Amino acid sequence: MDFTDEQIERYSRHIILPEVGGKGQTKLLESKVFVLGAGGLGSPALLYLAAAGVGTIGIADGDVVDVSNLQRQIIHDNNTVGMAKVESARKSIEALNPDVVVNTFNSRLGIENIREVLRDYDVVLDGSDNFPTRYLMNDASFFEGKTLISGSMFRFDGQVSVFKPADGYPCYRCLYPEPPPKGMVPSCQEAGVLGALAGVIGVLQAVEAIKEILSIGKVLAGELLIFDALGMSFRKVKVRRDPDCALCGENATIKELSLYEQAPCELRT
Amino acid sequence: MEVTINGHTREVKENITLQSLLTELDIQRRGTAVEINREIIPRAGHGTHIIREGDVIEIITMVGGG
Repeated sequence: MDFTDEQIERYSRHIILPEVGGKGQTKLLESKVFVLGAGGLGSPALLYLAAAGVGTIGIADGDVVDVSNLQRQIIHDNNTVGMAKVESARKSIEALNPDVVVNTFNSRLGIENIREVLRDYDVVLDGSDNFPTRYLMNDASFFEGKTLISGSMFRFDGQVSVFKPADGYPCYRCLYPEPPPKGMVPSCQEAGVLGALAGVIGVLQAVEAIKEILSIGKVLAGELLIFDALGMSFRKVKVRRDPDCALCGENATIKELSLYEQAPCELRT
Repeated sequence: MEVTINGHTREVKENITLQSLLTELDIQRRGTAVEINREIIPRAGHGTHIIREGDVIEIITMVGGG
């Protein structure tokens, strides 16, 4: 791929890195990343993926921008309150980097269409706001053989991991076989979340997505990174494949996508 | 014998399995993962995993917000 003069300048700080170079930048420009949720995690992740020159970004979110989102969802702003989040995100991305093609999905994706949508992408980033969607993304990514970069947060705590069962690493269900019972976990609305925490976790997801595309370094496959903002500590723990996993285990019982338990609470990204 | 659970030192029975310990502590299984010495013990292994003296055990709660 031939870079334009503008692209050489735009991506110069990437191209100068031996681990990226012109070859890596071309890979980024030719890559396709799917981001579920243009909320707290999706906002910073999307901005950095777009800035990095990820050529195609798919964004799914069914919500509209609300003033209460702006404390952390930095891809949106005062002028886009009331607008569909996917359109607001598209606007910001197009203003940041015209190299990026944005595909938007302005409805909650479900079992009937999610696999088909994911098929077109190289990497999947989960920034969703509820457990049923997280299980759905895990299962759909597993069936489509896609790497899933998972991030989640609550109050002052965040978790990041990369699920790559196709390469022998664990999936989300190996770590958490089933969602918490309804009512055990209060929503962000009820419990609050530190806005800047979304930046920490969402950007870590973007870093992992970019490394995965470039095949450089070591991503958090088989590891869970736990961030405690109040104690300002990062902890990494090993996660192994669960031989009894209902999805990727030896005697898997989940053979297709199915209806998932209703959201235990109305978390809004 | 002594182990550390979520940062607190605690006496537990010798040769207790992780499963029994979780039951004793009344830990909710759904929505949690258990880490011993920096490694998650898959659910399938809870019944056979024997707790050792000095183990550092953390109950990790699932986080779902985005």
